[in-house]
Amino acid sequence: MMPTSSGGGSWKPTGAGADGGVPDQFPAGLRVLVVDDDSTCLMILEKMLRHCKYEVTKCNRAEVALSYLRENKNGFDVVISDVHMPDMDGFKLLEHIGLEMDLPVIMMSVDDSKSVVMKGVTHGACDYLIKPVQIEALRNIWQHVVRKRRNEWKELDQSASADEQKQPEEPDYSSSANEGHNWKSTKRRKDEDDEVDERDESSSLKKPRVVWSVELHQQFVAAVNQLGIDKAVPKKILELMNVPGLTRENVASHLQKYRLYLRRLSGSQHPGGMNTSFMGGPDPGFGSMSSLNGLDLQALAASGQLGQLPPQSLATLQAAALGRAGNSKSTISMPVMDQRNIFSFENPKSRYPEVQSQQLTNNNGGKQMNLLPGIPTNMEPKQFVSLHQSGQHSLPGMNNLVLIQMGGQSQIHIQGQGQTQAPAQSRQPVMSNEMLTRGGVVDMAPTTVYNPVVSVSQPSPLVNFSMNQKTDSRGGSYPLGGNLGIPNLPTTSSALQGDVKLETKVSRKGVVPSYDIFNDLIQNREWGLQDVGLTFDQSHNTIQGGLDASNPMLLQHNRSSGRDLGGQNCNLTSGKVVLSQGFDSRTHHNGSNVGSHVGQHRNTYVKTENDMLYSEQYGQDDLLAAVLKHQQHQQQEGVGQSDNEFVFDGYALDDLPV
Amino acid sequence: MDQRNQMHRHIANTRKSLFDQGYLDEQFIQLEELQDNSNPNFVEEVVTLFYRDSARFLSNLDQALEKRPLDFNKLDSLMHQFKSSSTSIGAKKVKTECTHFRNYCNARNAEGCKRTFQNVKKEYTTLRKKLEAYFQMSRQVGPIETACRSR
Repeated sequence: MMPTSSGGGSWKPTGAGADGGVPDQFPAGLRVLVVDDDSTCLMILEKMLRHCKYEVTKCNRAEVALSYLRENKNGFDVVISDVHMPDMDGFKLLEHIGLEMDLPVIMMSVDDSKSVVMKGVTHGACDYLIKPVQIEALRNIWQHVVRKRRNEWKELDQSASADEQKQPEEPDYSSSANEGHNWKSTKRRKDEDDEVDERDESSSLKKPRVVWSVELHQQFVAAVNQLGIDKAVPKKILELMNVPGLTRENVASHLQKYRLYLRRLSGSQHPGGMNTSFMGGPDPGFGSMSSLNGLDLQALAASGQLGQLPPQSLATLQAAALGRAGNSKSTISMPVMDQRNIFSFENPKSRYPEVQSQQLTNNNGGKQMNLLPGIPTNMEPKQFVSLHQSGQHSLPGMNNLVLIQMGGQSQIHIQGQGQTQAPAQSRQPVMSNEMLTRGGVVDMAPTTVYNPVVSVSQPSPLVNFSMNQKTDSRGGSYPLGGNLGIPNLPTTSSALQGDVKLETKVSRKGVVPSYDIFNDLIQNREWGLQDVGLTFDQSHNTIQGGLDASNPMLLQHNRSSGRDLGGQNCNLTSGKVVLSQGFDSRTHHNGSNVGSHVGQHRNTYVKTENDMLYSEQYGQDDLLAAVLKHQQHQQQEGVGQSDNEFVFDGYALDDLPV
Repeated sequence: MDQRNQMHRHIANTRKSLFDQGYLDEQFIQLEELQDNSNPNFVEEVVTLFYRDSARFLSNLDQALEKRPLDFNKLDSLMHQFKSSSTSIGAKKVKTECTHFRNYCNARNAEGCKRTFQNVKKEYTTLRKKLEAYFQMSRQVGPIETACRSR
């Protein structure tokens, strides 16, 4: 048999020299695990594969195959499995492998009916061979390995390049998995080295394959949440995880998948259920936009530029963003670029004003997101819980706000609107995922309270913690008082049943708990937001205390998520959706507000990936206005206040440093 | 020499007839191509493995067909395995009968199943006999070439 691939254990599809001097034998040495309960088939396949100069391991039981794979991380390049096996269904095995090891899997069967082949496709098989399998079909299986790796590298590269583009003044979203958004690359205080490293590492083709066991994944998610989705860069995640042998690349690629996963989950979650227009429902689609909007506002707020923006423009932007409703894609994941798009949306301003009044102005109108200036908050827009009364303002919107803020700290790319939309589309969701996954940690500067908007998947009510809660400092403004209705969280539409634990980061401390709303959402999807970590109560009381408490919620949430996410999601259990209860943040200085507000804002939205809009609740205009106001207010009050109350729907960015 | 050539020819003809009469298909050729000097009896080894597994499958099917009422799902599942195995060695007629059997299973046609199963067994038995004779001849002649491969 062919000698093991060069590189001792890892097969490099590179040419000569790639494996240390061995002449180009590509694709020789490809390490194949073939699984089939039929001994005859197994024998034939083994012979054929050997004839292709591959390194073959055969096994006739799926469980045995899995244990091989688990014991030999990086020991195989591709798996070929029969569909029909007595001890485990081939598709189930496929799911396990995809989840834990993420290897390319080729299915085969004598059954060539469309339904079965389709099943293979939907379960993620990279190819489906009809028996009897001929040797020619096996000769080319190496392409699946190469393709998969290329895709992964590409993702890493993208993120790396994006990261590299970070601009100092921009908030850094530190997303390692760059969805290609430029804004992402901006890191506010992100470690540049991370980016650089990523870049370097990603350039090497070789990527050790890591088996992402459930435990490992949980560790990963915990780290991501702890860091906050914005700040969850591979390097930091790696440090937090502290798993020997794990490389940053492993983490980066896993992070990317995780984000995609979240995005997928959130996308489906928020079918618009959240869109209860908070303002009275102006745009059902609002919800989706919310993320965008959220961003916008936040960004605006954050960057403090809002103050500079004429109110109308902000409002318009917001409206646009909000109005996009239905543009789930654009939501959340909108990177700064996307944010621009938001602005281009035209949404009825009316919405915004309403929102504004309701939430944003809760306290002070406009405070909403203190995403502003200099707030490096990582507010994950996704999670904002908007206090919109109306209810489900999809968190996504919030996220947007957050994002904006973050990214927009320095600048809100309002102008760009519309552009990113398209390309960002695919990215957007990712971004939102990121945001979610990052746990929406909004690093709000010293006391920002960030109320991540938790977008609950459809079933869950949007928790709108309106950012308006301006928690703080400013004076209380808003009362998110309402809190994001922590207790009411579930009130919003179906919403979060269970307890949505919003992790609100207490802005005061500047610690923004990352909320993984997405995670929650995703998970919630399966089981209904029960686990949404909107623990209103927590935040409520402790706003000041720091929503750190929410962190635990995050964790909690995670577990639920694990529940049943489908094979793929299993690993993502950690995705907890941490909804920072906006109100928490807000109440952080107003303690009282939170409570009271809660009732009103039911807008908790669990932001689904695509529905970052929390616009449901807020009219874009309102949001913008709120933000603007807040911004202005902040400025007046002295930028220093970390308490930026973000009037963010659901996002209590309140102590976002201005 | 001449005798040997004759033998070779005889073997070649036998082989050809197996294909012509539809007992074997292209998959069998695939197996032959896998055979090489390092593994000169590969085809025979595979076929022997097939006999072993087949005995088990057929016996299971026999038992299942005697149950009342018939568990069609189980029958289908069992036959699926046998079909898969037969397909892998290129047993064309056997495979065809297996398909008929599965169709009857899907139609929940007990009679059809039983009848078809008899055909399956018959085809299997016939093929086995012919292949055994063929391999025996090949072994006698020596490892020179077991067949003229016509691609």
